Amino acid sequence: MNFFHRHRALVPYLLLLPGLAWLALFFVVPMYYLGYTSLQAGDLFSGYTFAWAWDNYSDAFTLYRGHFIRSLEYAGVATLAAFLISYPLAYWIAFRGGRWKNFLLLLVIAPFFVTYLIRTLAWKTILADQGFVVDALRTLHLVGEDGRLLATTTAVVAGITYNFLPFMALPLYVSLEQIDKRLIEAAQDLYASRVKAFLRVTFPLSLPGVFAGTLLTFIPAAGDFINAELLGTPRQLMIGNVIQSQFKEVANYPQAAALSFVLMAGIVIAVLLYARAVGSERVTAGTAA
Amino acid sequence: MMDPITRRELLRRAALGGAAVSLPSLLAACGGDGIEGQETTTGEAAGTTTVSQELADQLVIANWTFYIDINEKTKKRPTLEQFKRDTGVSVRYIEEVNDNEEWFGKYQAQLKAGDDIGRDIVVLSDWMVARMIKLGYLQKKDKSAIPNEENLQDALKSPGWDPNRDYSLPWQSGLTGIAYNKKTIGKVTTMDQLLTDPKLKGKVTFLTEMPDTMGLLIAAQGGDPENVTDEAFDSAISALQDAVDSGQIRRFTGNDYVEDLASGNVWAAMAWSGDVAAGIDNPNIEFTVVDTGSHIWTDNMLIPNGGDVFTASTFMNYVYDPVKAAQIAAYIYYVTPVKGAEDQIAQFDETAVGNPLIFPTEEMLSKTFIFDADAADKAEYKEKFQAVIGA
Repeated sequence: MNFFHRHRALVPYLLLLPGLAWLALFFVVPMYYLGYTSLQAGDLFSGYTFAWAWDNYSDAFTLYRGHFIRSLEYAGVATLAAFLISYPLAYWIAFRGGRWKNFLLLLVIAPFFVTYLIRTLAWKTILADQGFVVDALRTLHLVGEDGRLLATTTAVVAGITYNFLPFMALPLYVSLEQIDKRLIEAAQDLYASRVKAFLRVTFPLSLPGVFAGTLLTFIPAAGDFINAELLGTPRQLMIGNVIQSQFKEVANYPQAAALSFVLMAGIVIAVLLYARAVGSERVTAGTAA
Repeated sequence: MMDPITRRELLRRAALGGAAVSLPSLLAACGGDGIEGQETTTGEAAGTTTVSQELADQLVIANWTFYIDINEKTKKRPTLEQFKRDTGVSVRYIEEVNDNEEWFGKYQAQLKAGDDIGRDIVVLSDWMVARMIKLGYLQKKDKSAIPNEENLQDALKSPGWDPNRDYSLPWQSGLTGIAYNKKTIGKVTTMDQLLTDPKLKGKVTFLTEMPDTMGLLIAAQGGDPENVTDEAFDSAISALQDAVDSGQIRRFTGNDYVEDLASGNVWAAMAWSGDVAAGIDNPNIEFTVVDTGSHIWTDNMLIPNGGDVFTASTFMNYVYDPVKAAQIAAYIYYVTPVKGAEDQIAQFDETAVGNPLIFPTEEMLSKTFIFDADAADKAEYKEKFQAVIGA
């Protein structure tokens, strides 16, 4: 009778079309140009031309290896810290939040109503050398007389942790909230201690949230440059800062593009390894339970 | 172009009547060099110039933040309001330049393609002007419309990259020196102190602008920042690297050193005179030029391809009137390039009279240099500098 009845087999593809077009337009095409740019050689005045310039990639590894490693380290530590802070928080909201649940979740995302830059700048005030935090720590002899928090590795990692915390907390909350409480009761009825019930039932069931939360935190954190820029010194700068300066200051677009590709590849590999590890853990947890 | 406004107004209305007012700029936009000959003059046929001599309805200016007078209460900009009243041209003033490279990156593709970027005037620093001229992204000014250019300070009349000032006209100048907190650290006057004084460890910031940081360092080591050699550059870079590695230098900054100085996070910083002259929120902050050599830099008004040359030139002429220049200087507190502005400033701001940060003394100026524009834009140097400042 109409087109869709006659070509029923086409329907799934037609439904996919908007998504595919979106991906093609805003992912594949830019990626193509990025890859193309990354293999160019030349300079600003004579122009950059395509030349299979693989040395942009070898430079990325030799010159900026330290920045890559530092980025992965900072992102890793920040992700772990965000996890350790968020898990008890999400757990408490999911199981004990009661009618305050929504309000508490709102508090978790409240900082997101303020723009990223302003939030980070606020930390400059909080951690200032003459600020109350440092003063208090000094009185408690937790930092030396001329010690400081601002412009240190601690400040940068703390900034990243803070800025990406909701990305960790929300997926954790969702996965914890969905757990059928009767499963935990059942475990305890079967003489599992509270700790054991948590380790054998609750935590394995929350793994999808852990997985999503760590990815959502780690990936943007590894490419972040704002925290290092505002809360660090030149010795804390991350690969995002290098890409920014190569693009913006040095105007070496091919190098910036190559660095972006390497960062992307590094993250993909890290994520795949992680997915494997978590995936297998889930399987063993399932068989053991 | 000192004629009464009425004639200009007449021309403008005539153009409006023909509904062709934006056509020249549209045509010009089609090709980078399409300006000449596209629109020949009507009333000014006697002139030698071939650019359109009609004022456009609107002038679009792209400038740095806090770089023109503004009435804090009404949020209106007096100089621009007066320009509109006197010429009938309304100004769309966009504060979009935060950083030379950033601005360049944003518009480069369009400029390269010869497209109109929708700006008649943009204000950029010396070395970036040199680059824009080299790349052919700028149009020559209509000098016949700028008789007030004779008020330009002699020292600024003939930079190497634009010896006749065909393309550029200084907007403001400023000095790069040292700002220090006299209460916490006392007097800081040398680059050596910034780099090595143990009392300043982790309490010093340098600037991300290479001509500033490297210029002052090269000068401090006895080199010539106006003609940079590889040896001088490398030697200064290694001194900077040492100070970064030892943790002496806390950060490299743009204008944001101002907050760090005010809050006491930083006790001494490489600083721009205008920031200190305009007032940092801390009474203990002092600014000094450096004996071994301070940088005097200039931001210039330019007409990018596609911009309306005559209207832009008319505006340049307007702000080169000493009274207008004084009005702007009294608000922004940078070094005005316009002769005679000093005599006019009292009517706008009594306290600005004789302020050496706005009107530097001969003695101060004798210690200044203009950084080598070629070196400022040399890829190799930029790579090395960026590698040290941490990226």
